[in-house]
Amino acid sequence: MRFYRFLLRFYPSSFRSEYGGEMTAIFAGRLARTGRAGLPALWIGAVLDTLVNAVRAHADILRQDAAYTWRTMRRAPGFAATALVVTALGIGAATSTYSILDRVLIHPLPFRDPERLVHLWQDPGSRGSWGQEASPGNVRDWKRMSRTLEGMAGYHRTSFNLVGERDPERVDGTRVTWEFFRTLGVRPEFGRVFTPEDDRAGAPGTVVLSHRLWVNLFSADPAVAGRKVILDDVPFVVIGVMPPDFRFPAGNAELWTPLRFEEADFADRTDTFLLTIARTKPGVSIEQARAEMRHIAGQLERGYPKANAQMGITVNLLREEMSRQSRLLVTALFGAALGVLLIACANLANLLLARALGRRRELAVRTAMGAGRERLVRQLLTESLILAGCGGALGIGIAAAAGPLLARLLPGSALLREAPLDLRMLGFAALLTLVTGVAFGVVPALRGSVDTADSGLREGAREGAGHRTERLRSFLVAAEVTASVALLISSGLLIRALWRVQQVPPGFRAAGVLTLRTPLPMPRYEKTDKREQFYKRVLSEVRTLPGVSSAAYITGLPMVMTGGIWGATPEGEPPQFPERRMVSMRYVTPGFFATLAIPLRLGRDVALSDTASSPYVAVVSESFATRYLPGGSPIGRRFRCVFEMRTIVGVVGDVRVRGLERPSEPQVYLSSAQSADGRTSGYAPKNLVLRSSVGAGTLLPSLRQIISRADPQLPISDVRPLTDIVDAETGPRGVQVRVLAGFAAIAFLLAGIGIHGLLAFAVSHRTREIGVRIALGARRRDILEMVLRRGAVLALAGIAAGVAVAWIAGRLMEALLAGVSAHDAATFAAAVLLALVMTLLGSVVPAMRALRVNPIEAIRAE
Amino acid sequence: MTASDPPPSALLPLPAATFHILMALAEEDRHGYAILQDVAARTRGEVRLGPGTLYRSIQRMLEQGLIVEVRERPAPEEDDERRRYYRITPFGGVVARAEGRRLAELVKLARASGFVTRPA
Repeated sequence: MRFYRFLLRFYPSSFRSEYGGEMTAIFAGRLARTGRAGLPALWIGAVLDTLVNAVRAHADILRQDAAYTWRTMRRAPGFAATALVVTALGIGAATSTYSILDRVLIHPLPFRDPERLVHLWQDPGSRGSWGQEASPGNVRDWKRMSRTLEGMAGYHRTSFNLVGERDPERVDGTRVTWEFFRTLGVRPEFGRVFTPEDDRAGAPGTVVLSHRLWVNLFSADPAVAGRKVILDDVPFVVIGVMPPDFRFPAGNAELWTPLRFEEADFADRTDTFLLTIARTKPGVSIEQARAEMRHIAGQLERGYPKANAQMGITVNLLREEMSRQSRLLVTALFGAALGVLLIACANLANLLLARALGRRRELAVRTAMGAGRERLVRQLLTESLILAGCGGALGIGIAAAAGPLLARLLPGSALLREAPLDLRMLGFAALLTLVTGVAFGVVPALRGSVDTADSGLREGAREGAGHRTERLRSFLVAAEVTASVALLISSGLLIRALWRVQQVPPGFRAAGVLTLRTPLPMPRYEKTDKREQFYKRVLSEVRTLPGVSSAAYITGLPMVMTGGIWGATPEGEPPQFPERRMVSMRYVTPGFFATLAIPLRLGRDVALSDTASSPYVAVVSESFATRYLPGGSPIGRRFRCVFEMRTIVGVVGDVRVRGLERPSEPQVYLSSAQSADGRTSGYAPKNLVLRSSVGAGTLLPSLRQIISRADPQLPISDVRPLTDIVDAETGPRGVQVRVLAGFAAIAFLLAGIGIHGLLAFAVSHRTREIGVRIALGARRRDILEMVLRRGAVLALAGIAAGVAVAWIAGRLMEALLAGVSAHDAATFAAAVLLALVMTLLGSVVPAMRALRVNPIEAIRAE
Repeated sequence: MTASDPPPSALLPLPAATFHILMALAEEDRHGYAILQDVAARTRGEVRLGPGTLYRSIQRMLEQGLIVEVRERPAPEEDDERRRYYRITPFGGVVARAEGRRLAELVKLARASGFVTRPA
């Protein structure tokens, strides 16, 4: 019999308490009449009977509750809509930003055992702690000497002219030593990755394609292995295709080819270009690896005192390094999203509390009619579940829609593959909403219904809230104001930072400048003369185009190419080891400064007459003159840079080479005709810039003709106005501001709804009191004051706390503020003012309603 | 209840258990156990309702207004305090007759198709 009573527990308890006794009696009767042989059949029958009917009984109740929920929501569509929107916004914001947080901070590397992957840098001490790429010789020694690291692999990012079965195009690729893929622990989608055989000098060229390139180039043909592509005029055989989510070392990585060394490559230890990854051996800590590398660095410094002077080795965890730049931004966003979620929950709690109080009568009636407490709890729970479920579903929609926008926060990052929605976070947010729903919807309603089953029914019993509930609701509203003020201030600070960055003069006039790239493939254009012929021919033809006022070639565009950093030693001063007078070096053709409208302060531009057979000349920026050659005119003074002594013939304005937000090295411009054959062919000017009064669309066909007449095999890429490049500088910041401002706007709106809801509820439940007061001669001012004071007190408390939170938040995100003070008074004042206005707006309608109370009707309703 | 009663046809076809219970209550008010016994006797032991099926059906039938619980009890010596008695409502009668007609039509059709070989 005990077992049968146990079976009964599967029924809803309302059903059990109603029929359990009789069911037990019937079963007991059957049991008594059944012989031993019939027992198994009887029990099996009982179990089946129970399972089938218990499920159905639960379903019946669920159906009833759902229908009841639907009816109550239809009766109060305002409540239902507000609750849904609030829930959806909170869940959507939290879920979408968490999926980014997860990518950037928690699981940034989609590789095997990512916690063992490290990045190695040469650390030339004095030149900043970030470190630099390593020389092949050093990497070979590290690999040979290290006992704590394994699978050390070098790579080098570059780009290629790719000629496949379509038009030539320019793709970003990576040259890697064969261990690269094995060390990362990734497998190809098709074919194979590199083996030691591929690294052997003289082996046929092999290439691994990205998924995207494979789709574009070979229409996703699975039989791609063995097909040929031409990279910079050299044929390569395709051996494999990587899966779509493999994007290392950067988001735009399209192909990987072997990086081969000959013995001579290891000789020059000042030629530093290798990025190096490795794994710590199992059981080896990062500290052990660092200690060992310190030791190795000391040995290498003794072995090569000149090239490795003061040269340390930095060992960083790859995951930390990859997320470092984005970490603060993402944390700030996630904080904002959590703020929105909390405000949403506070608002939901407030809505539900108000409703629970309003429903005390209804629940008291149902209790009196015999509904058990369990039955009511269950029904309220169903309501909360449905609310959280619908809100969650809407929230997923919002998160899915916001995904692409958020992915643009970190452009070009290797981390942000299309982030799928994070189910754990979705679950967490839904759970939070549900808990809120239960804590603030079910519990107060029940306390009201059961404790006051009698008083709730009493005619006219004031439905006013208990003091505790009242205080809780006020606290929730104040908390909402706090969070929204903090968010307002934070996004205000970021907006100011954006403005500040946008106002930074780049040092040139971008409007009206068109840029494009004609990559000159290297064995063919290795000779300076050959390149000069090309430049002269193209530029002279381009300058005759209608609307074009000037044109020039340069090594790399400002803000696009941020490297090209060399040391410069003024004549008569001793060279430093390592040289600390760093400059950003570019080769240019005559006319570059005029084209970008970079002001010429002194002297002259480089000229066609500055050739390999004439004295080597340089144009320098003002900061070069003031920092490295203080005192006296720089014109005619000389310095050694890029292997030669050069005479300054001109001084131009400074350019923000490294972008609007970072300081740049002083600039040195050399005549393209004076670059030595072969030695600096990587710096050969490949970017055409031209100033024109007509648009790109009009010019492009003629430009293509001109370039194809000069070299039919040369592709054109990266056609874009210079303004795009400058705008891209502030692009991520713009998105970041928009997202945060969006959150702040949502928070602000929610807090306004919260204040309005609280006051409206208070007024409608104190109608009688207000009526009495008016009847007793209270003036309109007194009534108004009564309502508004409440809102004002809450708002002021919330604002004060919000300012305090923002004060701290501002500190934490100082690095994102581009020099704007974290405690910028104007921003704080504006946010406080906005919050006050919001309070006022939220209070207006309830206050008006209070004023319109008709004392006679209000009292008669008694 | 009567005001919101659905049309009888909305409840058709009746679940077998429901129809059996209605038939058991056609003659007199009965308590749960008596219904089971009556159903078993009427069907010569072919249909044996489990307690779960019985009371879940009763719960639904109460909600649907097919039956009511009755307060007046039979003579005290026959009564068992634990037991509740159920009575078919006029609406329940209407629904049961509609179900009966539906089944009779069905049997007629089945006979026309040659599926019923002797009078049922």
